[in-house]
Amino acid sequence: MTRIVVPIGPQHPLLKEPISFLISLDGERVVNSSLRLGYVHRGIEKLAQQRTYVQNVYLIERICGICSHIHTTTYCQAIETLLGLDVPRRGLYIRTLLCELERIHSHLLWLGVLAKNIGLDTIFMYSWRDREIVLKMMEEISGGRVSHAVNIIGGVRIDLDADRLTMLESGLNDLNGRVEELIGTIERDRSFAARTRGIGKLTLEDVKSFCVVGPVARASGLDIDLRRDAPYAAYHELEIEVPVMNEGDVWARSMIRMREILQASRLAKQIIRTLPKGPVSTTAPRKVPPGEVVSRAEAPRGEVFYYLRSNGSQQPERLKIRTPTLTNLITLPEQLKDVQMADVSAVIAGVDLCIACADR
Amino acid sequence: MEKNKAILPNILTWARKKSPWILHFNSGGCNGCDIELLSLLTPSYDIERFGILNEASPRHADILVCTGPVTEQVRPRLKRIYDQIPEPKWVLAVGSCSCSGGVFSGAYNILGGIDKLLPVDMYVPGCPCRPETIIDGIIKLVESIQ
Repeated sequence: MTRIVVPIGPQHPLLKEPISFLISLDGERVVNSSLRLGYVHRGIEKLAQQRTYVQNVYLIERICGICSHIHTTTYCQAIETLLGLDVPRRGLYIRTLLCELERIHSHLLWLGVLAKNIGLDTIFMYSWRDREIVLKMMEEISGGRVSHAVNIIGGVRIDLDADRLTMLESGLNDLNGRVEELIGTIERDRSFAARTRGIGKLTLEDVKSFCVVGPVARASGLDIDLRRDAPYAAYHELEIEVPVMNEGDVWARSMIRMREILQASRLAKQIIRTLPKGPVSTTAPRKVPPGEVVSRAEAPRGEVFYYLRSNGSQQPERLKIRTPTLTNLITLPEQLKDVQMADVSAVIAGVDLCIACADR
Repeated sequence: MEKNKAILPNILTWARKKSPWILHFNSGGCNGCDIELLSLLTPSYDIERFGILNEASPRHADILVCTGPVTEQVRPRLKRIYDQIPEPKWVLAVGSCSCSGGVFSGAYNILGGIDKLLPVDMYVPGCPCRPETIIDGIIKLVESIQ
């Protein structure tokens, strides 16, 4: 039996970023697949060792353009732990607010990419139109649409006045209505269900053996969320419910992510209502005492893990970054087994690829 | 016959100016400019009103839009994609890192700018670029087509 090998990538309409798949087909059925990574490897970990802690905040934000804020959050958190800094509560709240806004932006972006990959351009246009609301809100409070430069070591750079809070509240209300409409559409739409149900399945055992994190794990019935399990920033003062589903397919992942948008907007509203008064940052010394620290945070795609070792100078001795995308990526050959060639696009989009994060 | 020969180049230029199709290639960027470039397709910006289409195949494209400082692994691929685009072709470098290496300058795995590898016709600085800036860059490039 001759098998056809179809290459996908590095430049392919399915992919927004370079990554390469080789997919072996038996007729229309995928029998085997392999992936090649590293196209976007820029060497950020090494570069971070050559720059000072303060310069690195700018660099770390450029690991990924979609979840830029969560990277600086995790990084600043690590240094604040080493320094023993007491970050003001208002600063932590604003940091958390940006995390949640970014989650909304990332998930809406993802829905658009999935919809475009399976040929539902209308959903792509609608979700990216609604995403502009979040981007405008983030731009209004921080000055940046996708990279916000909000975090500094010891707090945040921005403060929110009453006008901004009202703007955020009304923006979130507007967004909620639109997201509920989108959820209704993808829940009821038969063509969306036909393209996503039962595809790219991962069982709970698979998820555990691959150490999958984030919405992909939660869609397979693994109840993990760092915001609740190991609260950082201001999460220990907020009420969080974690949506979990058991189907483990692309449809379940979409529903999980859509519910997370609603939940993120609830969290953002909680923050707006209970924003404590006071300063937003403290002054941090330039030199960090020797030691090592692990810092974790829940990015839109799952757990981000930073390991930082300091030797007492102005520069970190080692910075190790582990992103959720890499763990989710390596499940792709497993997910692609036995799917039809036409469904490969849905499976690839389903894990929410961010190669810039994975390669660094 | 003589008259037709004079008219043909004008028609070609007119056609190229009215439908510049772009090919987006991430040459190692952080995704920031890429999602801003993609959002050009959506209702808020809608670059199709200028006849601009985001094309998937290099063989159908006129303008290569690169975002990223060109990593070592992407380098041969970028050259290959550029070679596949039919003449005449233009290159647009979007983002500070594709203009000069930007924040990644000094990293061991990057070349530091598209112009180290390909002739660049228009630079769009910004980290990341706003969609309006990218539109401005493309329009200025299209206007310069003779």
